[in-house]
Amino acid sequence: MTTTSHEATATSLLRFATAGSVDDGKSTLVGRLLHDSKSVLADQLEAVEHASRNRGQEAPDLALLTDGLRAEREQGITIDVAYRYFATPRRRFILADTPGHVQYTRNMVTGASTAELAVVLVDARNGVVEQTRRHAAVAALLRVPHVVLAVNKMDLVDYAEPVFAAIAAEFTAYAASLGVEDVLAVPISALAGDNVVEPSAHMDWYGGPTLLEHLETVPVGSDPSSEPARFPVQYVIRPQTEEHPDYRGYAGQLASGVLRVGDTVTVLPSGHTTTIAGIDALGRETDLAWAPQSVTVRLADDLDISRGDLIAAGAAPAPTKDIEATVSHLNERPLRAGDKVLLKHTTRTVRALVKEISYRIDIDSLEQRSGAEGLNVNDIGHVRLRTAEPLALDAYHDNRRTGSFLLIDPADGTTLTAGMAGEAFETVRTTDAPDASEEEDWV
Amino acid sequence: MTTATDSPVRAGDSPFALSHLDALEAESVHVFREVAGEFERPVILFSGGKDSIVMLHLALKAFHPAAIPFSLLHVDTGHNFPEVIAYRDRVVAQHNLRLHVAHVQDFIDRGVLRERPDGTRNPLQTVPLLDAIEKNRFDAVFGGGRRDEEKARAKERVFSLRDEFGAWDPRRQRPELWSLYNGRHAVGEHVRVFPLSNWTELDVWQYIERESIELPQIYYAHERDVFARSGMWLTAGEWGGPRDDEPVERRLVRYRTVGDMSCTGAVDSDATTIEAVIAEIAASRLTERGATRADDKLSEAAMEDRKREGYF
Repeated sequence: MTTTSHEATATSLLRFATAGSVDDGKSTLVGRLLHDSKSVLADQLEAVEHASRNRGQEAPDLALLTDGLRAEREQGITIDVAYRYFATPRRRFILADTPGHVQYTRNMVTGASTAELAVVLVDARNGVVEQTRRHAAVAALLRVPHVVLAVNKMDLVDYAEPVFAAIAAEFTAYAASLGVEDVLAVPISALAGDNVVEPSAHMDWYGGPTLLEHLETVPVGSDPSSEPARFPVQYVIRPQTEEHPDYRGYAGQLASGVLRVGDTVTVLPSGHTTTIAGIDALGRETDLAWAPQSVTVRLADDLDISRGDLIAAGAAPAPTKDIEATVSHLNERPLRAGDKVLLKHTTRTVRALVKEISYRIDIDSLEQRSGAEGLNVNDIGHVRLRTAEPLALDAYHDNRRTGSFLLIDPADGTTLTAGMAGEAFETVRTTDAPDASEEEDWV
Repeated sequence: MTTATDSPVRAGDSPFALSHLDALEAESVHVFREVAGEFERPVILFSGGKDSIVMLHLALKAFHPAAIPFSLLHVDTGHNFPEVIAYRDRVVAQHNLRLHVAHVQDFIDRGVLRERPDGTRNPLQTVPLLDAIEKNRFDAVFGGGRRDEEKARAKERVFSLRDEFGAWDPRRQRPELWSLYNGRHAVGEHVRVFPLSNWTELDVWQYIERESIELPQIYYAHERDVFARSGMWLTAGEWGGPRDDEPVERRLVRYRTVGDMSCTGAVDSDATTIEAVIAEIAASRLTERGATRADDKLSEAAMEDRKREGYF
């Protein structure tokens, strides 16, 4: 072991989320990832040991590492998404640790929205249960590119391959039917440490990577050169100084794709075309920028461009005032047809009307429930919206950043709903019994 | 673990890969520009500590070649390290920035605040901070808080709404999805913004190295007259230390965090260069707050309680 830490050489960043209930051993797994990657420092461990002793527990309760709020520690539950940071020789990680039961859907949707990988935990003794399918559906809904099924507690099923194989096959088929692009199943024991960081000595029949090896090597991000460029304008930079009397740059972060000096681009929603005259990468002039870099773009023509406009290359979305979207409702106040809201899409916020709650999606059975009066907190549904001004939306399927939006209460600014343009699943089944004749608990 | 798995996944594997520092920088710059685009009167809380210095550096890059469209606010406890105040004033002059200073001493003199028995003034910063926010009608206040610092901060949003009393209610936070930050607020309310939310202590130091950012010298090892209190090395100062039973000795130390002299401890260190500091932090078995901050040792929920009252 050298004195300089491995952390200093980590060069790429992976954001991932974990889903699973306390009973599945999620806290133990997260604790082991942090502990075995030496990301829990002595004073943190000491504080956890001290607090555990005060509660009359013999072993340190690693859940106390992530339960940061007093109410959480008092009630022994996790209320909110907690972000955790650790590093290995190969990579830096940001873990969105989402609670298993309280406000479950809202928190997992939040954690998954920025994740490139989701770890779904199951108990090997129970296999794929309703909650597992729900976790897979939320990961698919948010278009998390990589999903890992961690089949935990293999020590309690005698490390038996057939148990694992049956669970893995069932889950993989289900995730594929939801459109999840990449699924890997790993047999683990978080408690004993099998296949979490170190390979298991008990499961010779498993030839795949440990969970951490997979986290370290899964590709981060997509290939920007294969995507159309999307550059939402955040801010117009005009120094108006003696040194820079005429400088006019459009500041933003590339949502997808690549921009090159000389490229022809379209400005939306106006539809004007121009070419890129220059790119400034935070003070350094460059010929090329790609997602997710933050840069400043200068254009050849003097157009009327401001915050909220989209500079696009490649096939540009047609600006529209009519939006169909899959939504996850986040607030205690129900979302109903006729509600007037604000819609925040990239850097543009416009007024919008909820024209119709088309249907609610039963996230366990993936059935559409039509005739919904409104969407309650933690409901997933499909809505039609009409906006006051046209928006250049991509389908969320194609672009997580330019296909997503928030609905906001104009009265007090509360974030009401997370929206994803287009259909969530290709395989949503419709029920034959529509309308209010169905007795449901969501009314 | 075999040696074959120890090779880092290099950013250079794809022509379009970003290093973790590039990714964090792009995200933070995005946050600064969102605030510039959506708020009327933003301000950067600037203490002269390394996190606020990195914040300022990112803001300067975000709006280059224009000036940053924010002013700075320093809550001066009156127990500051003189090296840090000198650094602050130099930076303000160099970049032609506008600096507001709120003095804790003024509030003590007016009888609004009273000195604490333990002499620390860090918890006294909240009232002058909220007063400055109200008087100047700041609607967005950038802070250098990081989620890796402390467990209550791990649940903090990038955009964190505060009511007219400056209070943080962790159970009523707005869900924050994708990179869509909701900064809507009523008159009298403001939003705390944390552009470094996803950075770790090591990221901050690696970025300081990469960008060749100058820091106050107290971050590097130097000889100093110190005395031991609560398991930390504190600097003798006008605020009341050391007591008669606290012998002063000269040691080679450096600071991992910079706050009020009365509660910020130095660590034994011979790291005189940025490379040595990074090696030391990477090998450290203590968090920076655990090692050097008495204010967080007050109770299990010390940070949460201060945040609820309007502290950063």
